[in-house]
Amino acid sequence: MTTFLQQLVNGLSLGSIYALIALGYTMVYGVLRLINFAHGDVYMVGAYVGYYASRRLQGREPSIVSALLVMLVAMVACGILGILIERLAYRPVRREARLTLLITAIGVSLFLENAAQLVFGPDPKFFPSLAPRADFHVAGMRLTSEQITVIAVSVLLMVLLRFFIMKTRTGKAMRAVSFSLDAAKLMGISTDWIISVTFALGSALAAAAGVLIAMQIPKIDPLMGIPYGLKAFVAAVLGGIGSVPGAVLGGLLIGTSEVMVVGYLSSTYRDAIAFGILILVLILRPQGLLGRVQKEKV
Amino acid sequence: MRGGLAAALVVAGLLLLNALFTGALAPAFALPPYLLQVLCLAGINVTLAVSLNLINGFTGQFSIGHAGFMAIGAYSAAYFSVTFGEALRAALGFLPPFARDGAVLLVALAIGAFLASIAGFIVGVPSLRLRGDYLAIVTLGFGEIIGVLILNIDAVGGARGYSGIPKLANFFWIYLFAALTILVVYRVVHSSFGRTLVAIREDEVAAEAMGVHTTRAKVISFVVSSALAGIAGGLFAHYLMYVNVRSFTFLKSFEIIIMIVIGGLGSISGSVLGAILYISLTEGLREFAQYRMVLFSLLLVILMIVRPQGILGHKEFVTFLTKRRRSIGAAPGTPGNA
Amino acid sequence: MALLQLSRVTMRFGGLYAVNELDLSIDAGQLYGLIGPNGAGKTTVFNVITGVYTPTSGDIRFDGVAIAGERCGRITRRGVARTFQNIRLFGEMTVLDNVKVAFDCRQATTLGTAMLRTAAHRREEERVALESLELLKIFKLDHLAGEKAKNLPYGNQRRLEIARAMATAPRVLLLDEPAAGMNPQESIQLMDLIRWIRDRFRMAILLVEHNMRVVMGICETVHVLDYGSTIAIGPPAQIQRDPKVIEAYLGGA
Repeated sequence: MTTFLQQLVNGLSLGSIYALIALGYTMVYGVLRLINFAHGDVYMVGAYVGYYASRRLQGREPSIVSALLVMLVAMVACGILGILIERLAYRPVRREARLTLLITAIGVSLFLENAAQLVFGPDPKFFPSLAPRADFHVAGMRLTSEQITVIAVSVLLMVLLRFFIMKTRTGKAMRAVSFSLDAAKLMGISTDWIISVTFALGSALAAAAGVLIAMQIPKIDPLMGIPYGLKAFVAAVLGGIGSVPGAVLGGLLIGTSEVMVVGYLSSTYRDAIAFGILILVLILRPQGLLGRVQKEKV
Repeated sequence: MRGGLAAALVVAGLLLLNALFTGALAPAFALPPYLLQVLCLAGINVTLAVSLNLINGFTGQFSIGHAGFMAIGAYSAAYFSVTFGEALRAALGFLPPFARDGAVLLVALAIGAFLASIAGFIVGVPSLRLRGDYLAIVTLGFGEIIGVLILNIDAVGGARGYSGIPKLANFFWIYLFAALTILVVYRVVHSSFGRTLVAIREDEVAAEAMGVHTTRAKVISFVVSSALAGIAGGLFAHYLMYVNVRSFTFLKSFEIIIMIVIGGLGSISGSVLGAILYISLTEGLREFAQYRMVLFSLLLVILMIVRPQGILGHKEFVTFLTKRRRSIGAAPGTPGNA
Repeated sequence: MALLQLSRVTMRFGGLYAVNELDLSIDAGQLYGLIGPNGAGKTTVFNVITGVYTPTSGDIRFDGVAIAGERCGRITRRGVARTFQNIRLFGEMTVLDNVKVAFDCRQATTLGTAMLRTAAHRREEERVALESLELLKIFKLDHLAGEKAKNLPYGNQRRLEIARAMATAPRVLLLDEPAAGMNPQESIQLMDLIRWIRDRFRMAILLVEHNMRVVMGICETVHVLDYGSTIAIGPPAQIQRDPKVIEAYLGGA
């Protein structure tokens, strides 16, 4: 039983990371109907920004404050990166065919990965430890301080996001745009600004995830965005792409099932499980768990 | 018969080029091995690009898991050659060596194509009901799953990859199948069946309303497309003599998509052009090493912004030639296909 | 028995009853008009008949056979064809190809024979090309056969949609606002065309239209919908005088 609970906690921790990244995918898809393939790489950039930021703090005592500071720097930097990507690469092709958008996203993704390899070097770097480490033993399970941080910070960010989307004017505008871009424009909403905000938010969350993961698994490399990005994307689709609570649910489910499969079955199937779930869901319930059915008007 | 003569000419021409390039005719004319390899890989890419264009460009279905079918073709063809190749060769002892090799290759490719087409059917039937983006995601997922499944089959090497594949493919075979692929896709597209595919691309709802069996048509084109990808995979395996699942990830699928988008979706000659351009660019920029991919991805984004329909769009290369001739001498307002 | 029969057909979207307990029957050769204010459910009726939607409840019979819930393509192949409110042509294809595609649903050739270019296939192609061109001649579009459908002027596009639907050899033709965007002269030509189709093929025609001159000009029976329910059925003269109809269109006095 305790092993199961342990796996559950591990799964929730991993799932929170996936959820944070998945939120970016889902929000961008909501407003633009674009699968932002470059999003996983923004997550990678976030980890690297955090890396360089934490190097600056070298010498100081590891503390919660410095950890949060590093994360904040990464979030701001990636928020700006997200806005830049949108303005330079996606906005010019916004009205084009879906496949064109897809190729553009792939192009941006490849660009980020290869530019990172060029600028940061292809070899993995090691993230310094920022916060004091501790292990907690509760009910026979071992909880690391990193896991607790991941879960706590993720929950905090998700709550803040929900508040933002539901209660603020900008958040309401975001929801309007995700229903209908054209109608929102007609209502006087500055859709370009809203789309930029969406990208900024999604990228900031991905950056937070990048720093959080780097704190847990200190090895970072320019291609780390690929596996996490792909699975987070699957999580977004599982939950219902375009649905914010769906992204969270999807992330937690994918994280938990991945940990369970590795723990109880075999690690070689780890990557396949995410896609397996994805395909089952799409065939049985294409709109995802919490998504809306989009009927085409004839 | 006109068709038979053209076919004979093509085969003869390819045999000649093959002998020339490999130095069998006159060692002085042989291509440097590196160049020959690039040429051969380009030929395989042509097969992949043209076959993918059938489903993406002509039928308008968003499939990004093509590498998975290539993988199935590669591995199954390779497994046949490695396991049963010798036995078959022995049974055909009365034939000259090159014919025996050819026979083994053809059987291997047939098996690869067959299994790939079955996979295409299994993937296609549930997925093709889904619209646009969802289809893309599912095909991407299937491609990855195929990779993981192959990884777990020890008989074909698992994570270490599959080596010891006999080198049965060469310039001749690769370009022969590239030409065959172009012929097959051309025939499919310029037929009543091809019309229904384009109709589905233009407006699937309307196509259905006009009595088209849309799901059946989509699945058939998907199966044909994956079979051809399987052949490309088989040729790939028998040329490089070693395959690894890592060659068949979604990155490979993306590469093929980039090729057909550059050339122009819905244009067969566009796919050929795109495949050749792609490999020229990636090889030509090789000396720039790290800058190569950065430049390339930048170029890709710029291309999408500036000319999203690719170089040829929906038109074939031939159209440009005939259009100029028509405007010079022909009467205006001549109707198109009658 | 009626050629097309709807009995107590209901189409519900969540809490909205787009079509509510609709009874409708059309005989061969009948010109039947379906009118009503915007949002009355007219296009939904079309979508339900042609299989785009499955009715929530009720019975739809074509030539005595129940077709509710069948796939769109299957219903078309039975003999029910339609045009669309927003023109849905195959833009990149030529005018001739647009019609050929609709003919193809009755063809016998498969992919195999197509790839091998058998003599049978070539004969079939010739036949289809000829018949398609004949059909275009009827609709006075044959001179545009090689043009891309998206390049046609609006009026021609509407005619092409009807020609294309006719190529499926239907026995019931559903026309969704065929006169939309037409000037008075084009409308008159359309009316003649519709009447001609009915006379020549003994076609049952169900017409959704906002253009009252067209509806009242050619329809024998006019069926008025409002909020998904029938409020009147009858010959044009009677409908025009019906106070319930007037109220639905103009609101209460």
